[in-house]
Amino acid sequence: MIDSATLARLSLFADLESPQLLAVSELMDEESHPREARVLRAGISGTNFYVITDGEAAVRVDGKDVARLHAGDFFGEISILTGDPVLADVVAASEELRLAVLPGSRLRPLLLEHPALALRMLETMSRRLRATTLAG
Amino acid sequence: MNDVDVVVVGSGPGGLQTSYFLSRLGVAHVTISADDAPGGMFRKWPIFQRLLSWSKPDAPFPRTSREYEWFDHNSLVAEEPELRGLVPTFMDRTWAVPSRAEMEAGLAAFADQAGVAVRYGCRWTGTRREDDGRLVLETSEGEYRCRAAVFALGVTAPWKSPIPGIEDVPHYAETGDPSLYAGKRVLVIGKRNSGFELADGLLPWAQRVLLVSPRQPEISVLAHASVRVRYFQPLEDSALGGGTHVLDAAIERIERAGAGFRVLASGTTRPGDFDLECDVAIAATGFSTPLVDLEELGVRTVAQGRIPAMGPFFEAADGVYFAGNATQGAAGLKKRGVGASSPAVHGFRYNARVLTEHLAERLGVRDRQRRPVDDLVSFLAAELAGAPELWAQKGYLARVVGLDGPFDDGIQPLEHFVDAAGPDAVAVTVEMDAEGEIFPVVYVRRGGAIREVELEPDPLNAFDSEPYRHELSLLLNGKER
Repeated sequence: MIDSATLARLSLFADLESPQLLAVSELMDEESHPREARVLRAGISGTNFYVITDGEAAVRVDGKDVARLHAGDFFGEISILTGDPVLADVVAASEELRLAVLPGSRLRPLLLEHPALALRMLETMSRRLRATTLAG
Repeated sequence: MNDVDVVVVGSGPGGLQTSYFLSRLGVAHVTISADDAPGGMFRKWPIFQRLLSWSKPDAPFPRTSREYEWFDHNSLVAEEPELRGLVPTFMDRTWAVPSRAEMEAGLAAFADQAGVAVRYGCRWTGTRREDDGRLVLETSEGEYRCRAAVFALGVTAPWKSPIPGIEDVPHYAETGDPSLYAGKRVLVIGKRNSGFELADGLLPWAQRVLLVSPRQPEISVLAHASVRVRYFQPLEDSALGGGTHVLDAAIERIERAGAGFRVLASGTTRPGDFDLECDVAIAATGFSTPLVDLEELGVRTVAQGRIPAMGPFFEAADGVYFAGNATQGAAGLKKRGVGASSPAVHGFRYNARVLTEHLAERLGVRDRQRRPVDDLVSFLAAELAGAPELWAQKGYLARVVGLDGPFDDGIQPLEHFVDAAGPDAVAVTVEMDAEGEIFPVVYVRRGGAIREVELEPDPLNAFDSEPYRHELSLLLNGKER
């Protein structure tokens, strides 16, 4: 369980009314990781959905940092939605990385229950795709 | 000042199990407890006297065997056969779930027969770190200096969710004799184990029981969980319209109303506003780990400040370890969203073994014991089929074998195996998906790279049968499936 006030600060959940936000917060857990701890592991299946509530994370491929994630950013959704193992490590890149965690199997039902949440996710994922395309 | 390698705080199942293993490993330690007898929370809770987790007095394996541990979720574990499976010896067999008193008696018998020495009536009051890094525990009976401290305090401090007005509502821990609730309209805040325990226990007494929290209980999940014994009677009463109501609503405010309370809530599963009156309200909102001043030493928390966050060997800050229920703060990989059984005895008793072996190694008392393995495939298959550690802590604890011997490297946290670089080795786990399907998973580490291979489930869980042995053999010989 995580404090609903923590979720309320994140743009991903901005469209949820207070009672719904409380119900979602009951589904999620909170994790705290020290610097360099791995959260997502390349090649390992069964990942969960993570939203950064505080701190930073690095996306690491073959030991090289390729992107940096900040408070409000989410990860894990690609592996959950495609059913494929994770492609990159995600590693805590600040003294403390705090996360809201949703079990992977809960992501689809949650998005169906709250389409506004799905739209927010789609917008962010589209921006990421655009940035990747521009980067060539 | 007393100077020891390790101080263990607590005499509940977590503290007793930790002290027992430390003694076995030859680690000099002192165990202190504010209580005056062993048993921890089981000396007072659950209020309605019946546990949630089962122990089968008769099982397919003898009570003194390692395999029997899987059929007994409540006893502490031991190397000596005569110390195993003690809780069932106190059960009167009216139910496969022991009563609180039976559990307490089983723990006291373990402390007595295993010779776990506890300094009772000694309350830990504060902690500081000296310049050389050692910890000093201040207690009601003087100070203890140590290289590491293990806090086995349970998740036992009453905790209330931040709802305006909840400060006037008594906590679950303050619940009185059920006869006090006769004929009353009772509103229970919370729909987890303690909320349903109250609803179940007050069913013969209260006029009406209303359970309120934002999310509905998941009946399909409960049906497969040992906690169902708590949930199904109130849920049945609710379905029959018998006076129990299970309401999905977020409470916005609680006000005093005469001798009772007025609770204002907003529906979640079904929208709508609720203005609820009751004679008695009870906050069944959970518990937190009593950390005293440990956050000043760098301990961080999760779950709204209720649980200390810790690494795979249960270390929350340098030299500050936890045992027992609080080890749920070492989340592990939580693959497919399935969490460890660390909040329950049958999970955390194995965490205690992992923690103490790690401590013995770290403090230089004893190196990890590596036992040669003759037939690797048979060994791993037998572990997958019957190791109580792997079955109790699914996807969390793994049997690890170094491929240099091969040598049995014992039970280790899966997270540690996957994340720590090391020589070629194999780890096996029993894992579960969100639908409850159980299957073995093999992790092979070669040249520093981990390969994860999920094997198929089997309706009889016969993971030591020929198809699994064949798969294991292929994997260990580096052949693709």
